Amino acid sequence: MSFLLVQALSGLATAATLFLVSSGLTIVFGVTRIVNFAHGSLCMIGAYLGWSLIERFGGSVGGFWGSVALASLGAGALGAAMEVGLLRRLYRSPELFQLLGTFGVVLVAQDAVAWVWGPEDLMGRRAPGLKGSVDILGQPFPLYDLVLIGLGPLVLGLLWLLFTRTRWGVLVRAATQDRDMASALGVDPARLFTGVLFLGSALAGLGGALQVPREAVNLHMDMAMIVEAFVVVVVGGMGSLTGAFLAALLIGQLQAFGILVFPQITLVLVFLFMAVVLVLRPHGLMGRAEDAPPAAAAAAPVLRLGNRGGWIALALLALLATAPLLVGDYAVIVLTEMVILALFAASLHVLIGLGGLVSFGHAAYFGLGAYGAALLVRHLGAPMPLALAAAPLVAGLGALIAGWFCVRRSGLYFAMLTLAFAQITWSVAFQWSGFTGGDNGLLGIWPSAWASGKAVYYWLTLALCAGALALLRRAAFAPFGYALRAGRDSALRAESVGIDVRRHQWCAFALAGSAAGLAGGLYAFAKGSVFPTLMAVSVSVDALVMILLGGVQTVSGPLAGAALFHLLESQVMRATDLWRLLLGLTIVALVLLFPRGIVGVLSNRRERS
Amino acid sequence: MNAGHAGETSPFRAAVARTDRHPKPERPRMLHRRQTLSLLMTSAVALIAALTAGSTSALAQAAPASSAPVRVGEINSYTGLPAFTIPYRQGWQLAVEEINAKGGVLGGRKLEVVSRDDAGKPDDAVRVAQELLSSEKVDLLAGTYFSHIGLAVADFAARNKVPFVAAEPLTDAITWSKGNRYSFRLRPSTYMQAAMLVEEAAKLPAKRWATVAPNYEYGQSAVTWFKQLLKEKRPDVEFVAEQWPAQGKLEAGPTVQALAAANPEAIFNVTFGADLAKLVREGEGRGLFKNRRVVSLLTGEPEYLEPMKDEAPEGWIVTGYPWEQIDTPEHKAFRDAYSARFKESPRQGSVVGYATLKAIAAALDKAGSTEPDKLVAAFRGLSLSSPFGPITFRASDHQATMGAYVGVTTVKDGRGTMKDWRYADGAAYLPGDEAVRALRPAE
Amino acid sequence: MSQLEVTDLARGFGGVQAVRGVSFTLESGELLALIGPNGAGKSTCFNLLNGQLRPDSGRVRLDGVDLVGRTPRRIWAMGVGRTFQITATFASMTVAENVQTVLLSRARRLFGLWRPASRQFRDEALALLARVGMADQADRPCGVLAYGDLKRVELAMALASDPKILLMDEPTAGMAPAERLELMALTAALVRERGLAVLFTEHDMDVVFGHATRLLVLDRGTIIADGPPDAVRTDRRVQAVYLGDES
Repeated sequence: MSFLLVQALSGLATAATLFLVSSGLTIVFGVTRIVNFAHGSLCMIGAYLGWSLIERFGGSVGGFWGSVALASLGAGALGAAMEVGLLRRLYRSPELFQLLGTFGVVLVAQDAVAWVWGPEDLMGRRAPGLKGSVDILGQPFPLYDLVLIGLGPLVLGLLWLLFTRTRWGVLVRAATQDRDMASALGVDPARLFTGVLFLGSALAGLGGALQVPREAVNLHMDMAMIVEAFVVVVVGGMGSLTGAFLAALLIGQLQAFGILVFPQITLVLVFLFMAVVLVLRPHGLMGRAEDAPPAAAAAAPVLRLGNRGGWIALALLALLATAPLLVGDYAVIVLTEMVILALFAASLHVLIGLGGLVSFGHAAYFGLGAYGAALLVRHLGAPMPLALAAAPLVAGLGALIAGWFCVRRSGLYFAMLTLAFAQITWSVAFQWSGFTGGDNGLLGIWPSAWASGKAVYYWLTLALCAGALALLRRAAFAPFGYALRAGRDSALRAESVGIDVRRHQWCAFALAGSAAGLAGGLYAFAKGSVFPTLMAVSVSVDALVMILLGGVQTVSGPLAGAALFHLLESQVMRATDLWRLLLGLTIVALVLLFPRGIVGVLSNRRERS
Repeated sequence: MNAGHAGETSPFRAAVARTDRHPKPERPRMLHRRQTLSLLMTSAVALIAALTAGSTSALAQAAPASSAPVRVGEINSYTGLPAFTIPYRQGWQLAVEEINAKGGVLGGRKLEVVSRDDAGKPDDAVRVAQELLSSEKVDLLAGTYFSHIGLAVADFAARNKVPFVAAEPLTDAITWSKGNRYSFRLRPSTYMQAAMLVEEAAKLPAKRWATVAPNYEYGQSAVTWFKQLLKEKRPDVEFVAEQWPAQGKLEAGPTVQALAAANPEAIFNVTFGADLAKLVREGEGRGLFKNRRVVSLLTGEPEYLEPMKDEAPEGWIVTGYPWEQIDTPEHKAFRDAYSARFKESPRQGSVVGYATLKAIAAALDKAGSTEPDKLVAAFRGLSLSSPFGPITFRASDHQATMGAYVGVTTVKDGRGTMKDWRYADGAAYLPGDEAVRALRPAE
Repeated sequence: MSQLEVTDLARGFGGVQAVRGVSFTLESGELLALIGPNGAGKSTCFNLLNGQLRPDSGRVRLDGVDLVGRTPRRIWAMGVGRTFQITATFASMTVAENVQTVLLSRARRLFGLWRPASRQFRDEALALLARVGMADQADRPCGVLAYGDLKRVELAMALASDPKILLMDEPTAGMAPAERLELMALTAALVRERGLAVLFTEHDMDVVFGHATRLLVLDRGTIIADGPPDAVRTDRRVQAVYLGDES
């Protein structure tokens, strides 16, 4: 009994941290509609700032708490600076561009923090006066954790006061509920947004700084935090503070007791929970119906069928086909990967560009294709052509199942549900080591003898990908693509002219999944091995970045984006250890210079001239 | 943004009112496929030109000559795990400098390392390996930290028939179940380190054991081996609790509480890094380690011990590297040279990096050639002196007999270190040649 | 000849009874106006008819077939078209493509993956656009059209599904007076040509009395008058609860 009580208290301490960080995320989202990927980075920066300050001043009680507060303010100031320097210039861009911009910030922050504080984990001081533990029904429990448990409701209360008792808070709430109203009230929205980013980031920084006495501050905190915070925010309902509080409590308890009941599957438990909540409650626990961006609705017309386009595509294909005669082995390998990634990005574009469905978990289908092919080779000794044929089928089947649930939700809820499925697939691959090889992956997935030459495999890849791309392109301009766009532009109107929007989206999900699966199968044979990393969140994010770089509203944009992104990544990585910094800065610069994507902007420019 | 501008094109409205996001444009933004495609094509031409230029220059530079340097392609997770890989890099840099100062290898050829980051991803590692092989024309490959990346590169090496010295990965698979003709491994494997700890664990009176390990192959196989080997020596022990936190996501409070609830007499720990720090803090706070012995893998390595400063656990039985206390001549020489060169103390990774390149140089000289098959033959049974003493790459499973130091953790002068340690020579903890032959796939 | 028959339709929201016991019929060739003060239940009524809302009780029959419980999509397939108070077109398509999409939907070809959509039903779409006076703008993107033109496109889209019954929710809202009369004249002509039955809501009494063949007056969820314009105009109850309010 006393054990269960203490376990529940431990869960509450976890919940407090989760709540602090996610409350910031949900406030920022609620007002600005920005999906702030950099929120985790701000939390990490808060932790590092907190560490430095606490090392210096944290010997006394006042010094310690002063340091925590100062670190929180520091993170807040950085968040506000990000709003002024970056986000503010992107409010007129499609919603997803802000996401892309914040992703660039994530990359920059990783290298910047490593540069300032060094690569080693930093163990900070413990909170003075709170080092010991108290006995709770005979079980020792850390004092500091008790303080954390108290801090959660305290911050919730303060936020509640802020939002109900101050003019600023009332304005923010007004903006959350009716986003046009605040400007009608004569508020300077730019200042309001800067303030909100400051508050949200300060909360993230507070959550980070409060971790200093509990754990070693390290460079992986940003990713660990952002994913969990997103889960909390989505389970609670986007933009809802009490929802986030409730969700944090539930997830804290789930983790505390989950490890007792299912010590092996802690990785998936949280995502399973999120999936179940979203399947049962479309807008999370406390969310409101309309709060569901981002939809990638770019109202600009998708490009139209040109007359000579086909010839130019063929010429490009011919040029690419001659490449192995001109360049070396390594270049052929990079080109092979580029072509595969182009198909991967284009498959995601079917969802985003045509359907307005932003997926955060598209890597699942890339990975399923790769694993489908690799497992056939490994367990059944299938030859390469059979394994490659199976790749899109396996991935398509997976997408069909996941899609059935996902298309029942929209906006960020859809995105998070796709993420949940991707994480579940990932953890199956990661933890079912008997079948999938676990994190050690499956090795020896090399092409058949006839295709083992790098040039031959490249030609095979080029032929299959070009074929698949041509099919996707046809589908985009066929009635199917129009039905998808109709559902995206106006679901109400589409339904009232007999278009089964959900069914089209479901089919699109399966189509996109199979195309990604083919790309995954080809990738497996190109690399000779598959690993769970192929399904990781970062691969899904990479695909998003490729599409956004190229431009959402063109069909060829994703191809250019994939080529550019892969080239940047592979070449910059070769050249410097600071490749994340450079890549991040490049993304930020591109977002600022080309707010509609590269192909989009260049084409506009050409039209003007 | 000034107020006038804000009033006109309010970013607030623009960002939040979706239906107004794209005010009716004056100029239809129709994109013609022809134009976008021609753009694509231009970039493709530029790209191919760039790649061609790159590869030809590499060709020119790699013109084989008897005096040309021997090139080692080195891959590691420099950005993914800088805390471990940077000391490792300094280690091999020191080795290369020493080797070249003494006249290089193969009778006067310089040893040159071309180093690349793998971003912590196996697929990137394989691409980089390809680049090193075909553009940089390296003679052999070395490096890697993560087990899965080590395995991916080992598989690549076997397919491309190029020797590969896996420096740091711990997985047993790399020399056993996935072992291949071209891959060798330096560092003592999970099995070896678990066996070293079992020897000590068996001496403890404890019968009720709990385990806590990260939930992936490394943690799983460490726990499996530990259980199996300990039961062989002590049939009377039982394992009463297992915790499998996700790597990097240890929920310290609940995990500690759950371990304590099972009331074990001793604990076997495999977590490391940030997870370990959390476990130690929370465990101390909740009295988990009171009157319990802890046996812990790798915790004595300075990479893990030093960040915990004066909070390093006291009295844990660990494998590690008490760098400041080892006074053998070969270690002293290494430590002095390293500290002089980099103005910091060596880490476990430094030794691994240093020994890896020393082993490569020794193999080159033994083979008298850079030909892959001659190098493989040279590596088999290669003996050399490392900072830890003499080591041998076993011919049977390509595992080096480098060992580890087994001892007890303590805090001295405000930082964690080891005491009562001894060097456990890897050779004593490896199964016999016949046994490992059965574990390895046929060549 | 088609007939929409509505019997005892009722729907409440929480404690509020938005529609109670509404009954009426609608025949081909009729242009029936549904009027009433704000909050009388007009929009609820519309949403009940096309399936967006489910009634608590009552029946809606089209040529004897019950529509209650069917999805908007099914009801559309059975011949009930609809236009919206706030125009909703497919902004990323051209005018012609909007109509073509509806034609493709009617022909059940929307799962086609091969033939380009823009080359299918182009002539039919242009003919419909010509009928509503939008042929010259057929290749402009819908996103750039003027409001009145969008309303015409919506009408063409509704016609493309060849409905028996057309429900128009405030078809002239937001238009200039001259445009309003023009659009309703066009609608009236279509009713005559095609034997359509149209039910529409409207605030502009000039439009209502100028074009409707019959009027329904809704007040607090019930129908208080049903008859030709002249009869309704002189109905004392109507004057009291509705027209009286405006004077």
